Amino acid sequence: MDVYLPIFLLIFIALLIIFGALILSYLIRPSNPSLIKQTAYECGELPVGTAWANFNVRFYVVALVFIIFDVESALMFPVVAVYKRFLQLGSGGAVLLSLLVFIGVLIQGVIYCWRKGDLDWIKSYRTSSDVRAKGLK
Amino acid sequence: MNETIVSYLGETLGYSFNWAGTLAIFFIASLVLASIMALIGGLGTYAERKISADIQMRYGPNRVGPYGILQFLADGVKMLLKEDCIPRDSDRFIFKLSPMLCLVGVLASLAVLPTSSGFILANLNVGIFYLLGATSVVGVGIFLGGYSSNSKWAMLGGMRGAAQIISYEVPVTLTILSIVLIAGGLSMNTLVGGQGAFPNDWYIFHNPFSFIGFFVYFIGSLAETNRAPFDIPEAESELVSGYHTEFSGMRFAFFALSEYIEVFVLCAIAAALFLGGYNIPFGLQEHGLLGQLLQLAVFFTKSFFLYYVVIWIRWTLPRMRVDHLMILCWKYLTPIALLNLVGTAVWMYCFDGKSFYMILKQLFVASGQ
Repeated sequence: MDVYLPIFLLIFIALLIIFGALILSYLIRPSNPSLIKQTAYECGELPVGTAWANFNVRFYVVALVFIIFDVESALMFPVVAVYKRFLQLGSGGAVLLSLLVFIGVLIQGVIYCWRKGDLDWIKSYRTSSDVRAKGLK
Repeated sequence: MNETIVSYLGETLGYSFNWAGTLAIFFIASLVLASIMALIGGLGTYAERKISADIQMRYGPNRVGPYGILQFLADGVKMLLKEDCIPRDSDRFIFKLSPMLCLVGVLASLAVLPTSSGFILANLNVGIFYLLGATSVVGVGIFLGGYSSNSKWAMLGGMRGAAQIISYEVPVTLTILSIVLIAGGLSMNTLVGGQGAFPNDWYIFHNPFSFIGFFVYFIGSLAETNRAPFDIPEAESELVSGYHTEFSGMRFAFFALSEYIEVFVLCAIAAALFLGGYNIPFGLQEHGLLGQLLQLAVFFTKSFFLYYVVIWIRWTLPRMRVDHLMILCWKYLTPIALLNLVGTAVWMYCFDGKSFYMILKQLFVASGQ
C-alpha cells in the first residue's frame, strides 16, 4: 500500500503550499473592501442580471459525446495493457479481433455524430441527413 | 525494477527502512519534487516573457537580478501583497475551492513523473491512467472557477475551457492507448524502459502511426493546458481574462502556477512516452548515482526542449476560433487517433512487435547474406 503514499503526501504538500501562502498573504495584504470593488467586472458598467443564465446547449452535447468516448477509452485500457503479453503467448489474434470490433463500434459512433451534425460547433440543419433526404438542401 | 524511491534507496544502500523511515523519505522526496516544480513553474513565467521578448525583438524583464531572472520572485511578492477581492454575488465556497483544485490536481500528478529509473517517486502499476485522472482535476478547477465568479466573462471562459479540455482529452487518451499497446504495460517504468537511448529505439519512430501519434498528443496537450493557439478560455482580447477574470492576488497565482506546471508535466510525459524518456546509452545507468544524475539530465533536457517549443508556438501562431477548435478536435484529431490505434494494433500483430528500424535492419542483414 505504501506505493500510493506519495500521492497523499503530494496532496498534503499542495494544501500546505496553498494554505501557507493564503495565511501569509492574509497577514500582510491590505483589506479595504468597498461595494464597487466587489462587483463583477463588466468593462466598467454595473453588471446587469446574473451570469448564471441559460447557456448554449452545444456545451451539453459536447459533454455527452465526450462521456461516451471517455468511458469507452477507459474500457479499452485493460485490453490494451495485456495485448503484448497475449502476442508473446501466441494468442494475440483474439485480442486484436475484439479490439477491432470495439473500435469499429466507436468509429461508427463518430460517423453517426458527424452525419447528425453534432460535431459542428454551430449546428447547421442543412448538414443533417434527415433534411437532406427530403431534398431541402 | 524499483517500485518506489524508497525501494531504490534501500537496494542501493543495502538497508531496509521501517515505516517511519519510509514516510520520512517519501515526504522529503515529495517536498523536493514539489519545490522543484514550483521553481520550474515560476521560471516558466520568466522564460515565457523572455522568449516572447526575443521573438518580438524586445528586451523582456531585465531589472530584477541578473538578466531579470528574479522577476518571478518579485511577481510572487507582489501577488502576496495584493488585496483579495471576491465578488459580492459569487459562490464564495466554490470560488475559494477552484484554484486549490487546480494546484492539488497538478501536484498530485507529479507522483508518477519518471525523472529517472531510481528517482521516480512511485512507480504505480496504473501510472499513465492515474496521470490522466489527476490532470483532469485541473479542468474541473477551471470550470468551477469560471462558474463561481458570477461574472459573464468568467462564465464564458469557464464553459469554453470545460468544453475544450474534455474534448481534447479524447485524442490524447487514444494516442496514449496506442503507446501502451507498443509497450505492453501501464506503469511509467515499463513505458520508458521499452525504449532505448538512441532515436531508432524511441517510440516516436517505432512505426508510422506512433510518429503521427506524437503530433496528435502534442496538439492535444497544448489544448488541454489552454496554451495558444488554443487559449480561447482566457482569450484576453475577447473575454478580458477568461475564467480567472475575478481572481486576484494569491488565488490568481495558484491558477498561473498550476498552468505552467501542467505544461511542464505534459511535456515531460511527451518526452517519456515518445522521445525515449530518461534512457542513456552505453550502460551508463549501471553506475549508481552518476547514472541516475545523467538520466535526470537527459530527461529534463528533453522536457525543457518541448517546453521551449510550446512557448515558441504560443508566440508564433494566432488564436483559433472556437468552432475551428472543435472541428479540429472531433473531425481531425479523434478519427486520426482512432485509426492510429487500429494501425498500431495491426502493426504489432503483423510484425510481431518489431519497430520499423528493426525490420529494416533485418532486411539488410537478409539481403547481405
